[in-house]
Parts: sequence; structure tokens; C-alpha cells
Amino acid sequence: MAKPVDLRRFTGFRAITWLCLFVLYAPLVIVAIYSFNDSTSITRWGGFSLKWYVDVFTGPEAPKFRDAAINSFTIAIGAAVCATLIATAAAVAMNRAGRFRGKTASLALINLPLMVPEIVTAVASLVFFITIGFKTGLLTIFIAHIVFCIPFAYLPISARMQSVPDTYEQAAMDLYATPWEAFRLVLLPLMVPGILSGFLLAFIISLDDFLITNFVKGAGVETLPTAIFGSVKQGIKPNIMAISTLLLGVSVVFVTLSWIIGRAGQSKR
Amino acid sequence: MTSTAAVATANAVEIDNVVKRYGFVTALHGVSMQIGDGEFFTLLGPSGCGKTTLLRCIAGFEDVSEGAIRLHGQDIAPLPPHKREVNTVFQQYALFPHMTVLQNVSFGLLRLGWSVSDAEARAKQVLELVQLGQFAERRPGQLSGGQQQRVALARALAPRPKVLLLDEPLSALDLKLRQAVRSELKAIQRETGIAFVFVTHDQEEALTMSDRIAVMSAGHVQQIGTPREIYEAPSNRFVADFIGETNLLDVTANRVSDGIAEILLPGGARLSCPAALGARAGQGHLSLRPERLGIAAPGQGQLQATVEDHVYLGTDTQLHTRLGSGEALVVRLQNGAAAIPERGARLGLEIEAGAARLLSD
Ligand SMILES: Nc1ncnc2c1ncn2[C@@H]1O[C@H](COP(=O)(O)OP(=O)(O)O)[C@@H](O)[C@H]1O
Ligand SMILES: [Mg+2]
Repeated sequence: MAKPVDLRRFTGFRAITWLCLFVLYAPLVIVAIYSFNDSTSITRWGGFSLKWYVDVFTGPEAPKFRDAAINSFTIAIGAAVCATLIATAAAVAMNRAGRFRGKTASLALINLPLMVPEIVTAVASLVFFITIGFKTGLLTIFIAHIVFCIPFAYLPISARMQSVPDTYEQAAMDLYATPWEAFRLVLLPLMVPGILSGFLLAFIISLDDFLITNFVKGAGVETLPTAIFGSVKQGIKPNIMAISTLLLGVSVVFVTLSWIIGRAGQSKR
Repeated sequence: MTSTAAVATANAVEIDNVVKRYGFVTALHGVSMQIGDGEFFTLLGPSGCGKTTLLRCIAGFEDVSEGAIRLHGQDIAPLPPHKREVNTVFQQYALFPHMTVLQNVSFGLLRLGWSVSDAEARAKQVLELVQLGQFAERRPGQLSGGQQQRVALARALAPRPKVLLLDEPLSALDLKLRQAVRSELKAIQRETGIAFVFVTHDQEEALTMSDRIAVMSAGHVQQIGTPREIYEAPSNRFVADFIGETNLLDVTANRVSDGIAEILLPGGARLSCPAALGARAGQGHLSLRPERLGIAAPGQGQLQATVEDHVYLGTDTQLHTRLGSGEALVVRLQNGAAAIPERGARLGLEIEAGAARLLSD
């Protein structure tokens, strides 16, 4: 048998790795560092301070950010809950209902939002809402978020369900459980890690979304990403770096949680 | 869940001409059998012969394509799995990993509407029966394979089903454990009086545990009978070959009547031996059990052979011999008493009573 090729031996492998990491993470690191800058300049370091964090919560833009944050979290929680419910139902149908007509098509439809360019979805959503005469606002954001969160919730849930053999449900039904009891008492508890992981992923995807939100939000309705974008258009102030760093922190925490839960679920079985 | 309409019969399960098709694959071709109340009944056959399919039809996970299955006289076709008073020990046990052993064992009782305290009392009682009383609060993942197997058994026994289905329940255990669990399982079956339908591909397991055995191959029942009948009176070539070791010789039967065949052996000797149902005069197959062949001086006995090889098996030695007419024949001799003939030695073979049987195809 041939030895597997060691990628690390390739000329320039190390350099390219570092370059990629640098391009990816240097901007994030700089934003995070300069969010603690004491100066009003965004390029010159003036010493360590938390004043821009204070400014986010008490400064002139604070009410705007607070309203936007409330909108963002409300929509993210609501959309993630709805998307998770729909994705769980879809995963049950896809993995447990045997073969049915249009199964492949259904799977493609569920995952389509992952492949369609987001700008297309954004435009299409806006056109759709206008066509049916829906007034853009919080509700349209909410609906659009549910839709594009479904595939993100579906993937971990479905992956988890595939790893649970259906003999567990058969064993439950063999022991006099109705199909609903078999689902509720056996399959559902075994899927909890996948469902939590899917929920967290959907939540973070909704929280971070800018493009679609920007299209379907009504005038005067803001979420955190659109509010930040609005402020940036009037010039970048260090408070933007502070709020971005906060948002980054929330993202990292949730993605890590999602990963840990997914992994814990795997190792338990 | 009592069926007043059903007429009580002595049979726990009646399988009546069951056909099961999966698309173009036919897994069961018209299988019939009756399983008595309190009987230890084994489905024996090579992998892929349809044993699991038949169990799944009884449990209700598959619908039969044709035919009927009756439980104590009642046709169970319209009943979904959770309404059939049948429990299964799954091949991979399928213990619920998120529940304790006690919760696993009381699961079926709670679904039947038992109170929590009654269910737990009964579950503990069954766990004592399988000697796992002190493991009630463990999770299945914290138990060894043998212990998991017993939890699966306890879980299936707890609701006192009319019939217990066991799909190769010992196949995941190592040899030593398997032999210990065999007698334990048999004892539990006697104690509870529940009819066991036990699936295995291991003929030794089937012979040692069963009241009766159904030998299956390729979706057909080949023979149903007690272990002794199956071993000593195999009805056809497949059964003789599959159960135990045997030699199959092509012979000519001059006459078959009243279950006795007059055989012309290779080398010209004549033999009169039992014939299987359906065996006819003419060309046929003769089964010769290796352990019922004796050695004699050259020129004596009904067959003449040359020793080609020995295989030492501890208590026995296998002699690989070749007949003058060219066929290979295995003889099994007990070690100790007499000297084992050398390689190349010529000898005569005596066909003892019960060694030979003319088979149907
Ligand atoms: N769900 C299924 N779909 C198609 N063919 C199947 C299915 N289940 C079993 N079979 C076929 O039916 C035959 C019997 O299988 P099975 O009952 O599992 O055999 P055994 O348990 O005796 O090893 C095999 O040929 C198998 O391929
Ligand atoms: Mg099988």
C-alpha cells in the first residue's frame, strides 16, 4: 500500500495556511482590539478603555441599538423555534416515512436555500411580499427568517436521526407504545442533541443575517446588523467596533454550544 | 386486550401459508407451522433464509403478502404491532439508551396502563429472574453484552406476552457466555411457560434448546420436528447436510416401501435402511452419519475404504477416507478405546443401525 501523501510536505503549505488564517482572522482581531481603544480615532491606539462599550449602552445611539437588539433577539428566537419545529417534522418524514413520491424533490426543496444566492432569495422574498400585498415590517422579516433557517436546522437534526436506528421505535411499539408514544418517549429524547444543535444554528444564522433582512424590513424597522450598517454609513466610530465585538462574542458562544451538544450526543451512544 | 371472540386453541401461533414479497424478492414462499402453547420452537436456517422476516411478520413490523397468522386462534392481520400480545428480543437488543434498566423493563407495563408502582414491582421481579436485580438503576451503556442481553429478555418478558420472539439473541455473545446463557434461557422458558419462537443459524444451539425445530432454507420450510427427528431422520438432502455432519453418497435404491429402502452401495454391497418421506426408487442420496460408522478388517463391512488423513478433535478423531469407487467419506471415531488406523491403511466400514438414511431431494 502506498503511503498517504503528507500534505504538510508540500512547498509553501505552511505559508499559505498562515496567509489564509491571517486574512480570515486579522480583521476580527483588529476590530476586537480597537473596540477597547480610548481614542475616538479608529486607526490610532490611545490606550485601553471600556468607554465604547459604555457608549453602546448609554450613548446617543443606545436607544437605536437597544431597539434593534430587541428586534434581533425576538426574531432570532421565534424564527429558530419555528424553523426547528418544521425541520424536525421534515426530518421525521424524510427518515422514517419510508419511500414516498417526491421524496428526492422534497429533500432538494428543503435544502435549496443553502444553494440559492442569498441576494436572489432576498429579492424574491421582497417581490413575493409586495405581490401578495404584505406590508413590510417585523412580520415579513420573521417569515423570511423562518424560511432560510429551515435548512440550517434540518441538517443537524436529520444527521442525528439517521444515526438512531429505527429498531428503537420498533422495540417501543413491540412494547405496546402507540406510534405517537414511540416518537415522544423514544425517538424524540434520542434526537434532543440534534434538535438543540439545529436550534442554535438557526438562531445564530437569523441573528447575523443582513442581506435578506435589509430587503424585507420596512422603513424604520431595524435589526442589529442593519442598525450597524446604518451607523457605518455615517462614518465608522469605535462604538461600532464594540457592538460588533459583542455580536461576535454571542456568535462564538452559540456556535461552540451547538458543536459541543452535537458532539456530546454522538459520544453518548 | 382480551379477545373474547377468539376460540381458545392449543396452538399459540399458527402460521398458515404465509408468503412475503419485497418487490421482486420473495422472502417467504408459503410457510406453514403450528407453535404450541409453552413450546420452545426454533426457526433454524442459514442467513438470508427468511427467519427474521417471519418473526417481523408475527410481531407486525411487516404485512404478509398472502396467508394468515393466528395468535391463539385469532387472526392478527388487522392488528398493529402495539396491539399484538407478542414481545420481541431484538438481535441487537435495542435497549433504550436514555432510560435506566428499570425504566426499560417497566416501559411495556406502563404502556399497558399499569400504575408506576405496580410496573416497577413487576420489573424488579423480572430483573431478579434474570439475576440483574442490583443493576436496576444503571444505563444500558454501562452493562456488558451478556447483561444487556438479559435486560432485553427481561424487558420482553415483563408484560407476560403470549409468545416471545427471539431473533438470534445469543449471536452477539462470545462462545463461553453463549453456552451459559443457553441453559439459563431454557430454564426461564420452562419457568414462565411462555411459547418461545427462537431464531438461530446455529444448529447446535437449536438442537440443545428446542422442543421442536423448523428447518428453513430460501424461504421454504424444509422440515419440522423434534431435535432427535431432525437429526436422526432428516427428510431431505438440505436438512441432512445442514444439521450436524454427514456424508452424502450417490446410490441406487432398488426398492422403497413402507419407509424402508433396499440400497445398492458403491462396491456392490446391499443395505436395507430407513427412507425419508418422498424418497423413491432409482438414483438417490444416502446420508451416512460419520459417528455411526465403525471400522472393521479389510474385506469385512459393507464398504471398503483407504485412509487418506486424520484430524484430531480432542474427544474424537476424524478419518478422511476414500472408497474404492472414488467417493470421499468421513468417519468419526472416539479416541481412547481402539487404535486409530494409519494413513494409507485399507479398512472395511460397518454401517451401524441408524447411520444410513435414504433422502428425498
Ligand atoms: N426490507 C427488505 N427489502 C427487501 N428484501 C428484504 C428485506 N428484508 C429482507 N429481505 C430479503 O429477504 C430474505 C430473507 O431475509 P431475512 O428474513 O432477514 O433472513 P434471515 O433472518 O434468515 O437471515 C433475504 O433475501 C433478504 O435479502
Ligand atoms: Mg436475521
